[in-house]
Amino acid sequence: MSPSRLLSALACGLLFGAGLVISDMANPQRVLAFLDIAGAWDPSLAFVMAGALVPSSLAYWIKRRQARPLLDKEFHIPTSRTIDGRLVGGAVLFGLGWGLVGLCPGPAFAVLITGRWQAALFVGAMLTGMLVFRLVRQSR
Amino acid sequence: MSTLSPLWPLSGGLLIGLSAALYLLLNGRIAGISGLAASAFGWSGGGPRTAAIAFLAGLVGGAAFAQAFIRPAEMVLTGSPALLILSGLLVGYGTRLGSGCTSGHGVCGLARLSPRSIAATLIFMGTAMATVLITRHGLALV
Repeated sequence: MSPSRLLSALACGLLFGAGLVISDMANPQRVLAFLDIAGAWDPSLAFVMAGALVPSSLAYWIKRRQARPLLDKEFHIPTSRTIDGRLVGGAVLFGLGWGLVGLCPGPAFAVLITGRWQAALFVGAMLTGMLVFRLVRQSR
Repeated sequence: MSTLSPLWPLSGGLLIGLSAALYLLLNGRIAGISGLAASAFGWSGGGPRTAAIAFLAGLVGGAAFAQAFIRPAEMVLTGSPALLILSGLLVGYGTRLGSGCTSGHGVCGLARLSPRSIAATLIFMGTAMATVLITRHGLALV
């Protein structure tokens, strides 16, 4: 792994983490308020998506004119367009977990900075879920 | 919870989008946190471990920096230990089974108009909204 690629990953992570806190998406209550369409609905998450899609859409538009990324030999972007049962089932299970507590993977790592046991317990369970998936897949 | 000026989510969203944009144009990869987490532990087919670890370390560092110097955010995480474990397991297993989460499918996938990501985002958002409807208002609806 080249140092420039590592440094770039670190910088992208810093921007991402700062964005999560600034947008208040690291606050599960703000996320749940968006998901709660029958309660005191809070549109913040929609503003986050709108803000995020501007630079990311622009980047995917630029990408179509690039043969390769600046720091690697080729792009590593999924090419599948098939909506299969695995995608649907995964999205349903994820949505269920997300709605129960209001944490998705990015904010889950961000809330670790609170130092509270609830955050560590959630991240531990989330990583365990990922490991279980890995083990189930390998045994097939 | 206090109301929030839209300027905060908009500017925070811009930073998240900028992160995804740079990770694509520099490293050539999707800035999807569930995939990065699996890569960091060597549980994913592709994806270099060291870059994933650097990204996640940066994420925690960036969150701490913003919390200390830009906007001290409330982070209210409630729920019994059993609920936190159940929810965490579902989020971890579900995002790997469905190949992505709010960042990979939501931010990156919608930006590149991937049909899979558009479907996944609609499904996990709809399921999460239905879950909140039941857990918060279920008794009132019956």
